[in-house]
Parts: sequence; structure tokens; C-alpha cells
Amino acid sequence: MDWLTILVTTVEAAVGVETVVYALAALGVNIQFGYSGLLNFGQAAFLGVAGYGLAVIVSTFGLPFWLGIVVGLASVVVFAFLLGVPTLKLRADYLAIVTIAAAEIVRLIFRSVAFKDVFGGSDGRRAFSGTFYDMNPFPPGQYGIGPFGFSERVLWVLVLGWFLVGISCLAIYLLMKSPWGRVLKAIREDEDAVRSLGKNVFSYKMQALILGGVVGCFGGFVYALAFASVQPDVFGTELTFYAYTIVILGGAARVFGPVLGASIFWVLLVLVGNTLSEAVSAGYITFMTTTQVGPVRFMLVGLGLILLLVFRPQGIFGDKREIALDAR
Amino acid sequence: MRRAVIAFTAFLGGLIILLSAGAANAWAEGEGLRGTLTFQGQPVNGVKITVTTESGAPVGEATSDAKGAWEVPVPATGKYTVKLDASTLPPNAAVRGGNLTRTPSVFEGNVSTVLFALVAADGAAQPGEEPEASAESRWWTRVAQLTFEGFNLGLIIALAAMGLSLIFGTTGLTNFAHGELVTLGAVFTFFFSSVVGLPVILAGVVAVVMGGAFGYLQDRYFWGVLRGRGTGLIGMMIISIGVALFLRYAILFFFGPQSLPYNEYAGQPGIDVGPITAAPKNFIAMGIELTVLIVAGLALLKTRTGKAARAVADNPALAASSGINVDRVIRIIWTAGGAVAALAGVMLGLSQNVQYQMGQDMLLLIFAGVTLGGLGTAFGALVGALVVGLFIQLSTLWVPPELKSLGALAVLIIVLLLRPQGILGRRERIG
Repeated sequence: MDWLTILVTTVEAAVGVETVVYALAALGVNIQFGYSGLLNFGQAAFLGVAGYGLAVIVSTFGLPFWLGIVVGLASVVVFAFLLGVPTLKLRADYLAIVTIAAAEIVRLIFRSVAFKDVFGGSDGRRAFSGTFYDMNPFPPGQYGIGPFGFSERVLWVLVLGWFLVGISCLAIYLLMKSPWGRVLKAIREDEDAVRSLGKNVFSYKMQALILGGVVGCFGGFVYALAFASVQPDVFGTELTFYAYTIVILGGAARVFGPVLGASIFWVLLVLVGNTLSEAVSAGYITFMTTTQVGPVRFMLVGLGLILLLVFRPQGIFGDKREIALDAR
Repeated sequence: MRRAVIAFTAFLGGLIILLSAGAANAWAEGEGLRGTLTFQGQPVNGVKITVTTESGAPVGEATSDAKGAWEVPVPATGKYTVKLDASTLPPNAAVRGGNLTRTPSVFEGNVSTVLFALVAADGAAQPGEEPEASAESRWWTRVAQLTFEGFNLGLIIALAAMGLSLIFGTTGLTNFAHGELVTLGAVFTFFFSSVVGLPVILAGVVAVVMGGAFGYLQDRYFWGVLRGRGTGLIGMMIISIGVALFLRYAILFFFGPQSLPYNEYAGQPGIDVGPITAAPKNFIAMGIELTVLIVAGLALLKTRTGKAARAVADNPALAASSGINVDRVIRIIWTAGGAVAALAGVMLGLSQNVQYQMGQDMLLLIFAGVTLGGLGTAFGALVGALVVGLFIQLSTLWVPPELKSLGALAVLIIVLLLRPQGILGRRERIG
């Protein structure tokens, strides 16, 4: 058993690229589900639209990087708007089905042969992150303390990623303290009451959907740049489901809930995965093979989601009164 | 009348979206090109076929075997050029129209069939109107074939949709784990036939029984308990996502990532019935599916339990106060729903390979069928599922098969916008 490797990968997972991507996705879900009670199950599509917006502009059309970022952001806002106009009047469970269907439509289009020239089919797009890494202020090398460390490329992604997480958290904190945020929470608690006070509920929901989408889409950018590629199947429904697991784990309607949730989620996932595969290859566990470790990790995610909702729906840091789990 | 008009408008709207989208979803792995060469009813042996990419890079060669069949695996999706070497044809045969190249598109996971129709060598100068007439009749043959396949798919979706819809109607649960119940049916059948050694038919029966038992146990020890604790509906929905993840990866753990056919009936040769070509297994499967759906429908209409189930779906509180044992009804529905979903999986495994994601891939189509018909209604789910199945298959007349599911999902969204209660549903607050 190589305990040092397990320790290093686990600690690195606490702040790693996946954690940043999922934290941003979950922060977006938290605005929609945690604060506003909107069950948007299409979060993966927001990340996908942003990642592909950047990738297509730079690699397919050969246009500048910053235009790619702008187009990615603009496409996310347009997508949120298109998704919201027809669906935000629906009841929670219907909204969930429609948004998940919309996200699948987006994914199927990304991977289709018909649009292969634009989106690159199931192989996706690559070769668009050059400008980003050219801006890297860190000279080449390994940065870290002792055995823990990242290369200059990963460090650059992480610094920017955590900066985005920080900015998003600050924005969410300020917004939710404002009168605007209180209206959102009121919509989550009782939509009709808010309407009777003369608030335009639809407009507030739309703003929450767009804002959540934009925060989530930073995760799409970070993913695309960190791995220097986008593939359609990365943005499948499971990304959304894991983001929900993270929100519920950390605590819905808490500013830092999703961030801590993402860290804990990935630490556990990496720890369990690496410990199991080390134990399997060292011969301590004989009833499964190393390829079967992957499924076990995600079985545990499913089990964890069930147990959380049954026994502690407010998650680790949440408040039970603030979580919208009843259909109204 | 008005409902019918609205439903029809939604259907048309979906078609328009599909047409404008203009482009294919396949389930199996491995792309390739294949074809069968026959001349005057006899297979043609030894004909050389060369496949190149669009830009001319060589991909592979094949020679037709004793059955006239050839197949070339290709490395990726895209457009290919297929050339037939005319010098290897029998001396008296020629390709109709004289064009020796075809440029088929290969979609993800699809093996595309390439047609070379062989005619007598002097038949190249056939009357001009003949190909046109045959083009039109070919189109109608395709429509008939796709309609048949649409019913085939629609009936499988209907089996799964009926259980999902009744569970929603009686408990309010939007069960995201229903797709995994379908997968379980197929995986159990595979296990009992290929591993244990039972005949596939018997294995299918065992799988259905186990599906029913699993449905019963799920309600007895899980969902029933949660209802007793007063878990909210959204909470239950998210829990069902956890259940779906757990079951999906448990299946992956035990079954592995491969995609495998049953050990019987897999490569059954097709028979021609009128304009339709299909393997006999499909006709028998459709017969069984139709019988089960009719029996289930009659049970809902005629038996005491069936009436009670509809009453509970209508209004649980009122049903309980008129002396119906709501918990018992719900348990029966879960048991039957689990069994019928497993049956859907057994049948799905006949027409495609068994794979751990097969139910998940179908889940949104099941939702589409249920929503189209009207959430919570049993017969609505049946009608909606058939419409979805037909729609998916017939849409391939205009769009590549990889995008056929996209149309069904678009219809799902449009229906929810225009007529959220579905074709047979009752109007209620959904906003």
C-alpha cells in the first residue's frame, strides 16, 4: 500500500481542478435550487455551452481568445433565457424533466455527426487554450510544499479558478443579503405570497436562472482550459447530479456550502478510489478488480445522496428550514 | 376536439424542429459499413469492395462471402467513399445505374448498410420511368418499415411508461431510477441465460418475476418507509436520482462496461411480411408486449384493485377515506410496475445489446411518453409512448438516426408548454 501517493492525491483533490469546476457548477445550482427553489437539472448544459462557445470560436473559426470568452458568456445568457422563458412557469418536477431534456438536446447536438465541422462530434474540440497558457505568469517548474505540488500550468488554472470561486462567493453573499436576495428566498418559500406583494416572480426566477448559469459556466471555462479540450459526454446529466449532491452535501442556501461540499466530495471520491485500488492491487481485497473500483466510488455517491436526503437534508452546514424539498 | 387539435399541433411543431435541425443516436459500439450483394436472387461471391475516406485515404477492403455479404469496420464516424470493383462481378451482372461508388455517412455506433443493386448487364438500358417509380415505392416501403419499428420501440417504452406513470399518479414520485429497473430486466435475463444456462425465454420470465420482487421490496423497505416519514416530493425525486446512480454503478460493477447480446435469438434472419422485413422474434415480442398492455389495461378497468388504483391516482386522500387501503394499492402498483419495467428490459435486450446504460438512455423517452400522454394516467402513458416511438423512428426519414431522440425530447418540451396535462390528462395546476 502506497500511503504517500494516496495522501498526496487526496490533499491535492481538496483544491484540484475538478473541485474548482464542480464548486462553480454547484455555486450556480445553489443560486437556482438553494436560494430560489428552481430545480434546474440542466446545469451541465450551461457548462457545456460556455466551454464549447470558447472552443468553437478559437479552434473552429480561429478568432481571438477573449472573443471566445465573451461569446461563451453571451451564449450562456441566451441559453438561460431560451430555457427559462418556456419553463419557469412550470411546477418543480416538470421543470426538472424539461431542463434535463434540454441539456440532453444540447449534448446530442454537440456530439452529432451533422455538426461535426463545428463541434467536432464525439471527439470534441481542442487546441484553443494557447493564449491562456501564454498569459501564465508562473515560470515553468513545480510549485508546492514537500510532496504536494502542481506544475505551473495547473497552478495558473487553480489560481484563476479559485479567484473565480472567491468572486462568485462574494457576489452571492452580497446579493443574497440585499433586498433582491430576500425576494428570491421568499419565492422559494411561497411564490403566490410574493406575487400578491406585486413582485414579478417570473422575472426574478429568470434572473436567478441566468445568474446561476453564468456562475456555473465559469466552471465550463475552467474545465475547458485546464484539460485544453471539450468533449460532449463530459457535460452529461451526471455532472448535474453530482453538482446537486455537492450542494446538498455542503448545505443548500449557504454561501460556502457548495465550495466546501465540492472539496469534501472530491476528497472522499479520490480517497476511496485510491485506497480501494491500492488495496486491490496489494491483494488485500480479492472480490473485485481495479476496473471495478470506479463503479464502487459512484455507487457510494448514489448511496451518500440517498442517506443525506433521508437523514440530513440540510447537509453539513445547512439549515433545515431553508431547504425546499416539498413540491408546492 | 380542441385537445386533439392542440396535441396534433405539438406533434407538428416537433416535426418542424426536427426538420430544421437537419441531422443521428445509436446505441451499439463500433462503426462500420456493410452490404449484401445478390444477383437474380442468388448471393454473389468474391466481389471486391474498397472503402476510402472522403479525402481518398484508404480504410479497408472486403470481398463478399458465400452469402454475398461484406463488411468493413471504419475507425471513426464521418463520410466514406465505397467503390465496387466491376471487374470482379459475374460477367453478366452490372450495378444498376452504372454508378460504382457510394458515399454513405457512418454515425456513432452504427454499421451503415451500403446498397449496390445488381441487374443483368444488358438491363442498364431499362425504361427511364422505372427507377422513379421504384424510388417512390421504396420510400413507402421505408415508411412501412419505420412505422413497424416505431411500434416496436413504442410498445417497449409503453411498458416502462405505464409503471412510471402509475407510480407518479399514486405517490407523486418522479422516479429517475425507473430506467435502471428496465436495465435490470435485461441484465437478469442475460445472467440467467448466459451464465446460469437457462433458455432465454425462461430467463426472461425469471427476470420479470425478479423485477416484480424488486419493485415490491423497494416499496416495502424504502419508498414506503420514506412516505411514512413524510419526506417531501422534491426530496424523494432527488433520492430517486441517488437510487439511479447507485443501481447504475452496481450494474456496471457486476456486469462490466461491455455490450453483449443474449446467447439465443441474437442474429435471427429477417422474414418479409408485406413491405416489412423483421426478425420473427420482433413479431412475437410485440405480441407479448401488446398482450401485457391490454391485460394491464383491462385489470385497471375491470378488477377491484385496478379501480382502487385509479381512485388512488385520482385523489389519494379521498380514496383512503372511502375505505381503500392506499398502502396496499401502492405496493401492488410498485410490484406490477417493477415487473412490467423488467419486461420492457427483457424485450429491449432482444433488439439491442445488453449494456449498463440501456435503461438510462431510455429514461427521457419514457418521461416523454408519460408527459405526452399525461402524467399519472395509465392509458395516456400508453398512447404517449406509442406516439414517441413512432415519432422517433419516422423522423429518421428526414434526420440522421443519431438525432432521432432529440426530436422526442423537443416534443416533450413543446407538449409541456402547450398542453402540460398531456393528451389524456386532466387539467390541473402545474405552474
